[in-house]
Amino acid sequence: MSTYADPYASSRETTEGRVYSVTGGDWDALATEIGATKEERVVVNMGPQHPSTHGVLRLILELEGETVTEARCGIGYLHTGIEKNTEYRTWTQGVTFVTRMDYLAPIFNEVAYCLGVEKLLGITNDIPERASVIRVLMMELNRISSHMVALGTGALELGALSPMIFAFRERELVLDLFEMISGLRMNMAYVRPGGVAQDIPAGGVKKIRETVAQLRENFKDNEKLLIGNTIWMKRTQDIGYLDLAGCTTLGITGPVLRASGLAWDLRKTQPYCGYENYDFDVVTANSGDVYGRFLVRMGELEQSLRIVEQACDKLDPLEGQPVMVADKKIAWPSQLSVGSDGMGNSLNHIREIMGESMEALIHHFKLVTEGFRVPAGQVYTAVESPRGETGVHLVSDGGTRPYRVHFREPSFNNLQATAAMSEGGMVADIIAAVASIDPVMGGVDR
Amino acid sequence: MSEEKGAFGVHGTGDTSGFSGLVRAAHSVGSSERPYGSYFDDLTDDLERAYPEFNDAIEKVVVDRGELTLFVKAAKLVDVARTLRDEAKLRFEYGMGVNGVHYPEDKNRELHAVYELMSLTHNRRIRLEVAVPDSNPHIPSLVEVWGGMNWHERETYDMFGIIFDGHPALTRILMPDDWQGHPQRKDYPLGGIAVEYKGATTPAPSERRSYR
Repeated sequence: MSTYADPYASSRETTEGRVYSVTGGDWDALATEIGATKEERVVVNMGPQHPSTHGVLRLILELEGETVTEARCGIGYLHTGIEKNTEYRTWTQGVTFVTRMDYLAPIFNEVAYCLGVEKLLGITNDIPERASVIRVLMMELNRISSHMVALGTGALELGALSPMIFAFRERELVLDLFEMISGLRMNMAYVRPGGVAQDIPAGGVKKIRETVAQLRENFKDNEKLLIGNTIWMKRTQDIGYLDLAGCTTLGITGPVLRASGLAWDLRKTQPYCGYENYDFDVVTANSGDVYGRFLVRMGELEQSLRIVEQACDKLDPLEGQPVMVADKKIAWPSQLSVGSDGMGNSLNHIREIMGESMEALIHHFKLVTEGFRVPAGQVYTAVESPRGETGVHLVSDGGTRPYRVHFREPSFNNLQATAAMSEGGMVADIIAAVASIDPVMGGVDR
Repeated sequence: MSEEKGAFGVHGTGDTSGFSGLVRAAHSVGSSERPYGSYFDDLTDDLERAYPEFNDAIEKVVVDRGELTLFVKAAKLVDVARTLRDEAKLRFEYGMGVNGVHYPEDKNRELHAVYELMSLTHNRRIRLEVAVPDSNPHIPSLVEVWGGMNWHERETYDMFGIIFDGHPALTRILMPDDWQGHPQRKDYPLGGIAVEYKGATTPAPSERRSYR
């Protein structure tokens, strides 16, 4: 037993056994004390504030020496009640809420939600082609920026600093495009029921093409750094193993499923937004480990670039076409433009409703304050987000506000695999396993 | 849904201009008639063959907006789920999750649990819906059938108070362990605090007229 009180490492008796609290500093006294006990079994609480748990995730680990015998997740630290809040807003305002769930993949939340609202309205086939192409373009750009964070933070958590610097450099290029198109870098509420908020600005497609070429060149840096790198492979190969059967019973989708060898991608199997008209491959790996998931994500970067290029080619002949559904009872009335502080009403639109057209003013007023009515019923729509199937269950009672909005978040579901991936392994490898699931706590907790 | 009337409250549809062309539809849904269309006829036939108690277990079959919903009696849920998963012609290997919906007006069926299932083999989707009374909100757990249902059932319990019998550890998951009430139920207010700015006060969200 310690003979003096260590300010950084105290201990006390509880009904559950002896509890040690450690913070930064010198743990000499604690190490001596733990070393003196016969008990090998230690329960360690890791997080929710911890640099390598990928956000406010709390892990409760039972260790036998350095081996993890039991791993449990504690979540809910980022719960913000988004689903409840949407029930008190119009269907269009809901976009602003759901975009903040999985904050690394905002466009996917918006598209999944809007596809659901459109299905409830029965206007799925009325969405202008230009709007669908822009949605695909934005989703694939978003997939790149999301995978870049997965890769960069994942490598950082395993001690590799340089990949993170490259990954965030690439992400910055994509966010610049988002800013040019929507006025915002994250949480843009750009996709709206009926289409998208505004068209791509003049010269935008040219800028996107330039960025695609730049990204393709830049991706080589991380490929050279990591693929085949001995240290990286020793930390990731055969780590966090989960085979196809494990994925199936736990409902795992996305890169984790594809790294277990099954080419399941909703963009191919249940296409939406016209994905059937794009030429791309579904990337898979057979190893079912962290390295396999890393390779799948790296491969998907190039596929996303291919889709973006094809979307740019489709946009050129569609120049000048509408990006919002023609039905004036649904289409968001105002014409938006990007200003210095994000999106705002265009001055031309203000002049029209205030000075020229009484009817346009009524439309604007009714749709912005009350919103449109959505026929009663329920739907489930799903899109392939960077982390797997993002499913939206919407219930309408026929009113101007959702009756229930539920997101089946891939991060929430996939995080359940933490125990299966890490129990029996070393404590250091749990970091690699969690990073390979790529959970975003905003999506997990909503 | 119930109407709330007050001096300035919104009556009926809230549409005072005649601008909205949409008609407000009644919420309650009846059973759909055959043929259902798409793969739904084959699917229900296969389920009926594989599961002789079909007529007893399935309250109604609803096809709406290209989606198939089977309303299942709570007591029969596990059998139906297991058949859907194991039967070669059905093979719903993926339980995507469960989610609750609270219908206070649906007497003795206030709490609905909605399950989304997916078959990778046949590339199909189906929805199961179970309705239980608020006074006895018990539904058998499906964790034994799809392990991934674990957290989804905990979330539904947390948010709606539906008790999944047989769940290995049915505890709160998003809200703190000592939280009172189930936030997603319709009788649970949105809450919030009033905001004062430069002398003017904006009431808390749950106190605003348009949100009540």
